[in-house]
Formats: sequence, structure tokens, C-alpha cells
Amino acid sequence: MDEIASLLEPQIPALRRYAWALLRDREAADDLVQDTLERAIGRWGQRRQEGDLRAWLFTIQRNLFLNGLRQRKARGTHVGEEALADVQAPGTSPESHAGLRDVLAGLDALPEEQRSLLLLVGVEDLSYEQAAKVLGIPLGTVMSRLSRARARLREFMETGRGSALRRVK
Amino acid sequence: MTGERPIGEDDLQAYVDGRLPLSRREAVRAYLDDHPALADQVGQEIEQREALRARLAFKAAEPIPSRLRVANLMAAQRRPPRGRPAAIAAAVAGLLVGGVLGAAGMAWLSTGPSRVAETSVSNNAIAAHRIYVSERLHPVEVPAEQEAHLVQWLSRRVGKPLTAPNLNAQGYRLIGGRLLPDSGEAAALFMYENAGGNRLTLYARSGGTDDQTSFRFESQADVSAFSWIDNGLSYVVTAKADRAQLLPIAEAIYRQFEATGDPAKGRL
Repeated sequence: MDEIASLLEPQIPALRRYAWALLRDREAADDLVQDTLERAIGRWGQRRQEGDLRAWLFTIQRNLFLNGLRQRKARGTHVGEEALADVQAPGTSPESHAGLRDVLAGLDALPEEQRSLLLLVGVEDLSYEQAAKVLGIPLGTVMSRLSRARARLREFMETGRGSALRRVK
Repeated sequence: MTGERPIGEDDLQAYVDGRLPLSRREAVRAYLDDHPALADQVGQEIEQREALRARLAFKAAEPIPSRLRVANLMAAQRRPPRGRPAAIAAAVAGLLVGGVLGAAGMAWLSTGPSRVAETSVSNNAIAAHRIYVSERLHPVEVPAEQEAHLVQWLSRRVGKPLTAPNLNAQGYRLIGGRLLPDSGEAAALFMYENAGGNRLTLYARSGGTDDQTSFRFESQADVSAFSWIDNGLSYVVTAKADRAQLLPIAEAIYRQFEATGDPAKGRL
């Protein structure tokens, strides 16, 4: 038990940050982290063979997040409309004039696969190899997807428009 | 030297992330000096990367809620973690051996550490079995004639894809199913009957944190049950039968779920 705690707990702040960036809701984010930790504890033996604890935990958490999304979609949540409501039109917020548009709004304008990649690489400091593992894609795809994600974010921050929308509660 | 290699988007991204080796970094910088528009974009991307980090930094700096303490999570589970990827394979192998050697051969398939949660699921399943198999008028809510609807409905309520296993080879046919409450969650009960009027139930509910466990046998008075967890679902098959009779049925059910199981199984 002490071994598990001493290995898992240092990862919790990063898991909470990633979860909050995905869900933007304090309780829902901590629920996701709790589910992740419970699953990690339940499968602790499987981890040892895989080695990389950090990538493993983020993989579990992202898959749980995606499962939750699918369930919400299956229940008929209208993701698109909420997404629209959440993306501000250019120029409506005073900060946008000062060039201080919230970077989180830009993040929200990206599809999940790009959002997760930006968070895992740019914020959580996962290596490109770890990110490839978490997302289940080849390394080359990581680099091109990262390139697209950053271009899109940049475009959004300049114009306030993103071509893909999302916001899920 | 790597100086001859043309600059790629991978170099630019690694430059934004500050992950290039020094020599390559110099090469990218020289390239950007010659391409001011691109240099401007790269500069913005670096700024936005920093902005995102700064915007989210507060979350990682917060004190961790006590409900996320590993010790508390483990205490809540009330049992030690058991990551045993080969557990089911071992269990099935054990069942095959058991089939040959009889009940004595099964003894080694022990229940392992305390399984409080599983015990409660199997108790609920056995209780449901006792109540509903003796019901003559309304043993099921939805009859087998509406099997597709039944399976779809119960899958939706339990939150996982279910199927009603085909037990014709074991002499049992589906007569229907019902929805039941189990500790605040939805559980599915499928009921089968053989030519002699003997009834068997298969109980399934979302299985908590364990991915899979080995088979576990339990006998209460004249009723026997095998329970296991697979692919996130807890299953309990219950009948008025002895262990040797119930064993091939539990195995058949397990195999059918295995065959129709989620292709993503075991990949997490």
C-alpha cells in the first residue's frame, strides 16, 4: 500500500490539472481523477509490465473521459449547441481587444484529440513518445497533429474563430 | 552533423517545446531568421504554450482533496489491489481440470483475499434468484419473445453492453429478464428454464474497479452460484444445482461473453 501511494500520489496534481482542463468543472474533474486512481489501484499488477506509470495513468484517465463523453452522447446530450454557446464571438469581450483572450477558450475550440495532445505535451510535459502511447497513435502523427493543433489555436487567438467546437458539461 | 537535414514541422514543434538538441536548435533558429513570417508564428505558439501552462498552473498547486488520497481510496475498496491479468485464463484452465478431476480438483481455485464487494453482489444475486424463480405468475418483466428489446433495455440501464447467453446446449432456454436495484445501481437478471421446469438466473451489474477476477463458487442451502468479474461487469449465475452441474453452465456463459466481448478489452 505504501509503495502504491508513494508512486501514485506524486502524479495526482498533474492528473487533476489534465482532468480540469478537459472538463472545466471541479467536482467532475475530481470524480474523473478518482475513477482513474481506483482503476490504477485495481490493475496495479498490470502496470508493472508496462513500465511507464505516467503514460499509463494518463491513458486510463483519457479513456475514462472518452467513455464518459460517449455515454453522454448516447444519452442525447447536445454537445454542439453547448459548444457554440461557450465560444465567444470576436470582440465581445474587453480582454480580446487587449489581446488577452483566454487561452482556454482557444483550447475549447479544438477537437478533443488535439486538445489532449496540447495538454499532455505542452502542459504535462509528456515526451512525444509518451503522448503517442497515451493517444494510441504513431510518433509521426503526434508531430503533425501537434502542428495542426498549434496552428488552429493560433488562428483562434487571432480571429476568435475556430472551426471545431466543443463544450461538454 | 545534422545540419544538412531540411527543417521539418517536427523540428518546429520540438523547437516550440524547447526539446531540440543544441545543434538542431541553432539550425532551426537560423532557418527562422530567413523566414520572418514563420518566425512570427512560432513565436506566437511559444507564447500560447506558456499562456496555457500559466492558466492551468493553479490546479496542480491546489492541495489534493482527501478523497483522492490513495490510502483512502484503498480503504474504501476494503480489499488489497489484485492486478492479475491471467486470472481468468487460469480460472478457465482450472475449470477444465476441475471438469476432469471433479469437485476435489477445484479446491485450489480458492477465493483469495476477502472480496467484500463481490460477496455483496452474489448475495444480492442469490436473493433475487430465490424471490423470482419461485414466482409463477410474473417471473420476468420482459419475456424472451422480446429478447432484443430486453437486452437493449438492460444494457442501457446497467451501462454496459449485455447479451442473454444461449444455453440451449446446456438444456436451458431464456424465458425473459428484469431490472433490479443493487446498492443504488441497476442490475440485470436473465432467467432460464430447462425441460424439467428447473430455473437458472444470470445476474449482471457494473463491476466496480476490478477488470476481471477468477471464478468464485458459493453455496447457500440448496442453491449454488458461480460469480466472476469480466470486462467491468460482475456476473453471478445461480441455480438449484450442485457445483459439478453448474460449472459447465458458468463456463459456457463466460465463453459466450468472451466471444462477444468488447474489442477494446484489456487495452486500457
